[in-house]
Amino acid sequence: MKRETLLNLGLMAALLAFPLWAYQADEPFLITLTTRAVIFAIAGVGLNFALGFGGLVSFGHAAFFGLGGYAMGILAYHAQTYTPLMEAPFLIEGTKSMPVIWLVAVVISAITALAVGALSLRTTGVYFIMITLAFAQMFYYFANSWPTYGGEDGLSIYIRNDFPGLNTMDPIQFYMICYVILALVLGFVWAAARSPFGLMLGAARQNEERVQAVGQTPYRLYLVAFTISGAITGLAGALFADLNRFVSPTMFAWNMSGEIMIFVILGGVGRVFGPVAGAALFILLEHMLGGLSEFWHVYLGAILLGVVLFARGGLYGLIAGREVAHD
Amino acid sequence: MSLLKLSHISAFYGPSQALFDVHLDVAEGQVVALMGRNGMGKSTTVKVICRMLKNRGGAVVFDGQDMARQPSHKAAQAGIGLVPEGRRCFAQLTVYENLIAAARPGEWDFAKVSELFPRLAERRDQLASSLSGGEQQMLAIGRALMTNPRLLILDEATEGLAPVVRQEIWAAIARLKAETGLAIIVIDKSIKELATVADKAVILEKGKSVWSGDFTALTPEITDQYLGV
Repeated sequence: MKRETLLNLGLMAALLAFPLWAYQADEPFLITLTTRAVIFAIAGVGLNFALGFGGLVSFGHAAFFGLGGYAMGILAYHAQTYTPLMEAPFLIEGTKSMPVIWLVAVVISAITALAVGALSLRTTGVYFIMITLAFAQMFYYFANSWPTYGGEDGLSIYIRNDFPGLNTMDPIQFYMICYVILALVLGFVWAAARSPFGLMLGAARQNEERVQAVGQTPYRLYLVAFTISGAITGLAGALFADLNRFVSPTMFAWNMSGEIMIFVILGGVGRVFGPVAGAALFILLEHMLGGLSEFWHVYLGAILLGVVLFARGGLYGLIAGREVAHD
Repeated sequence: MSLLKLSHISAFYGPSQALFDVHLDVAEGQVVALMGRNGMGKSTTVKVICRMLKNRGGAVVFDGQDMARQPSHKAAQAGIGLVPEGRRCFAQLTVYENLIAAARPGEWDFAKVSELFPRLAERRDQLASSLSGGEQQMLAIGRALMTNPRLLILDEATEGLAPVVRQEIWAAIARLKAETGLAIIVIDKSIKELATVADKAVILEKGKSVWSGDFTALTPEITDQYLGV
């Protein structure tokens, strides 16, 4: 078995064992902390699909993260206040059902990513980075000035949404939901990366002209990847909002986009499980360094600088080697 | 019947004109040798056929379809398969991944490519970047075949390869000609090897097609005049 496969299995086992230990030790805070890591990992896996496999440096994934969050917030708010979301031309009511909220979050994020991607992918390089950032900032300022759903104060949801057969207010049960979703998303991305579509996406990153010569359109490949990427990040946003029972415009902010990118870079760009390691390491550093100083981001910046300069494959590159494995 | 017809082609790289008046006619199942000294416009002609470079004058008609407004991926979808100069496989994909990523529905699949080039089956899970030059060339041909083309273009397919590997490539081209109805355009400097497979030759000089006819009609005088150093 390859070192990368062992690392993947070890990582997933640790993410299962640690919260179970915390549950036994009656440490619900540690379960919540790990839940945060798992949700960030899903967001990172989403960004990695565009960044790692398609080479699309999006600095606007907070837009999809926030949309997922607001999809949850708005639907839950209307369900809890017994007010319809829309009455004309047809009635739409809120919901407290997590699966329905996830579906809405994924669909809205995917449609938005399709529209943002269709415009942004007409540019490349630094222009692509800036245009994706600009879209996210548009959502940020829109959410800030939308009083119906709290404006800059955000929107509190007092009770976590429902999942059939589970008590979602119990930290370990909510954690298991997030863990299973992470596993499903990883399985999907793993299979997609090895499908003819995923292989062509990687090939387009290497040589667009060659890809055209075998009958593929790089633009279409990138757009599909960007849409899937946005949808996954939107799903993470919905889970994050449910974890905190709160949504605010900060979910759309540029530093959120930066944090999602940090998960990918820390873990290893283009490695399916890389963002999982990156998000776990980020939360660990946040917890440990945050206890030392309120300026813990300075230390995080130094670590990130070290990774970029000396370990360009991230944590996965350090442990499993630079070469992208195909096992 | 003509599968590919180029008439009065002119093409430019920015302000520099590279092709002035190129004519080329390839029939179904025919092997055409596109010949000429270095810099005479062979690779530029290939780029025009594959729509990587738009012709400014003249017409490119493939299978009865005017290709003037088609982008290069449409040319590939229409059935033009290119084995580019310098091979250019997808270095970070394995042999198998290079092949299945390019696959389009049709008779050519991994098993059939492996039958033509057994070495690719042996190297199935190796990264393309770790293959020898000859193996990369086989992979480039296999990848073009996986798109199930009707016209295969081999641009300097044996350049820089060891003699024994070149023989393997030529044997594969001969097999493709004998066993499939594939039309093939071959660009190569070896007249001796071309003679074993080519039905027809077209010679380019300074961006113009200056001679065209049966390969057997290619006399030493003509080759000396247009191809001699």
